[in-house]
Amino acid sequence: MTDLKTTPLNAAHRALGARMVGFGGYDMPVQYEGVLAEHRWTREHAGLFDVSHMGQARITGADAVSWFERFVPGDYQILKAGKQKYSLLLNDDGGIMDDLMAGKPDHAGLYVVVNAGNKEEDFAYLQSRLEGDVTLTRLEDRALLAIQGPEAAGVMAAHEPVLAEMGFMECARLMLFGADCFISRSGYTGEDGYEISVPADQAERIWNTLLEDARVKPIGLGARDSLRLEAGLPLYGHDIDPTTSPVEGALTFALSKSRRERADFPGADRILKELADRPARVRIGLHVKEGAPAREGAEIADADGTVVGKVTSGGPSPTLGRNIAMGYVPPHLSELGTELKVIVRGKPAAATVVAMPFVAQRYYRKPKA
Amino acid sequence: MKFTKDHEWVKLDGDVATVGITKHAADQLGDVVFVETPEVGKTVGKGDSFAVVESVKAASDVYAPVAGEVVEANEALSGAPETVNADAEGEGWFAKIKVSDASQLDGLMDRAAYDALLATL
Repeated sequence: MTDLKTTPLNAAHRALGARMVGFGGYDMPVQYEGVLAEHRWTREHAGLFDVSHMGQARITGADAVSWFERFVPGDYQILKAGKQKYSLLLNDDGGIMDDLMAGKPDHAGLYVVVNAGNKEEDFAYLQSRLEGDVTLTRLEDRALLAIQGPEAAGVMAAHEPVLAEMGFMECARLMLFGADCFISRSGYTGEDGYEISVPADQAERIWNTLLEDARVKPIGLGARDSLRLEAGLPLYGHDIDPTTSPVEGALTFALSKSRRERADFPGADRILKELADRPARVRIGLHVKEGAPAREGAEIADADGTVVGKVTSGGPSPTLGRNIAMGYVPPHLSELGTELKVIVRGKPAAATVVAMPFVAQRYYRKPKA
Repeated sequence: MKFTKDHEWVKLDGDVATVGITKHAADQLGDVVFVETPEVGKTVGKGDSFAVVESVKAASDVYAPVAGEVVEANEALSGAPETVNADAEGEGWFAKIKVSDASQLDGLMDRAAYDALLATL
């Protein structure tokens, strides 16, 4: 039993009556009033999440961007200031060490957010490979909040009108709530919303200020998981891991065209071969049409009952009112509409391959000028 | 009504025990989204996993508080699993078990003892 770390909002969660659990080494709120109510509130209004357990860092120096590109398959050279991009930290075999966001909120290099459970390994891996004038500075004096849902933009615009003008995946460094913040229009729910990095000593004040708005309720990790599942977004350590390639993980959008042409990212040989041919397996979405929810670890069988893969996450979709899952199958069984079985506690249940996201994403795309 | 340390309840009527999970257990689980009740006719041993209750997050086994034959399952839970949250110790019952030996219930807690256990959690 290891001691759990706490975020700067730990006392605030307890004051709200949250049920706390260990996640990624941190004592985190899994729910406040209940997972279903919190899930629905986020889809209809605005949910406020503490995601301070995630790893924040800045990578600076004249060569910061070209250096960072050695470890990821995204083109960050062409990324404009004020934009961020999802990417993957790849090992030498083309497996996914982590998924991350990296952006250019200002002209001082990259701002990066990685998963809580991987942050020590990620940052140690990168630190040990620093060269020239590149520096990696962890932002351990910062908390990270996410506000997500159709009313998130209205809530934030009441504090800073310019935030309504940001487009999806834009980012900035701004004074917000009287504090020095990094903000991006992004998230992990499929809804419009923002992620806001705030100084740790201001976090509770800003959290409480946001909760004063009647449109905003606190949301725990339970609903965060069901929301991201509906949005078709993979959870690291479950849906993707160091053995998974970006092609297998159905994350080929993270392989920038220029980087494919240059074949200059870790594991490029394997990944480009999988793109040209087919990977051994691929991540798919399933609608489980009968019986119990299929959870992580449930076997997936073909129509003949032969086991062909496994569910990596799954559960009830509160928005759709049916059971959904993600898992891996061979590519020839990945076509939409393919009829498969999931085996839950020994019982096969009918499941159909369906498109992800399961619930339409509602990101805010700026009108083209 | 008698209680187990695993937060199941039992109510004996003649030789038929109605069993379910306690309000405390239902509150801890949160929103119940699926209940797998046992098949009628199945023989269960005391402490066997005989049903499964699922919240949004996870599936949990429910252990038989008494041994016997399942004579009825609460089919209403398949269409309305939320009944377990609304009325865990009433309409949210899981199954009825015909017990061969009513003395099995002797070791279980009464309400006062169960409440005392909850106070220590």
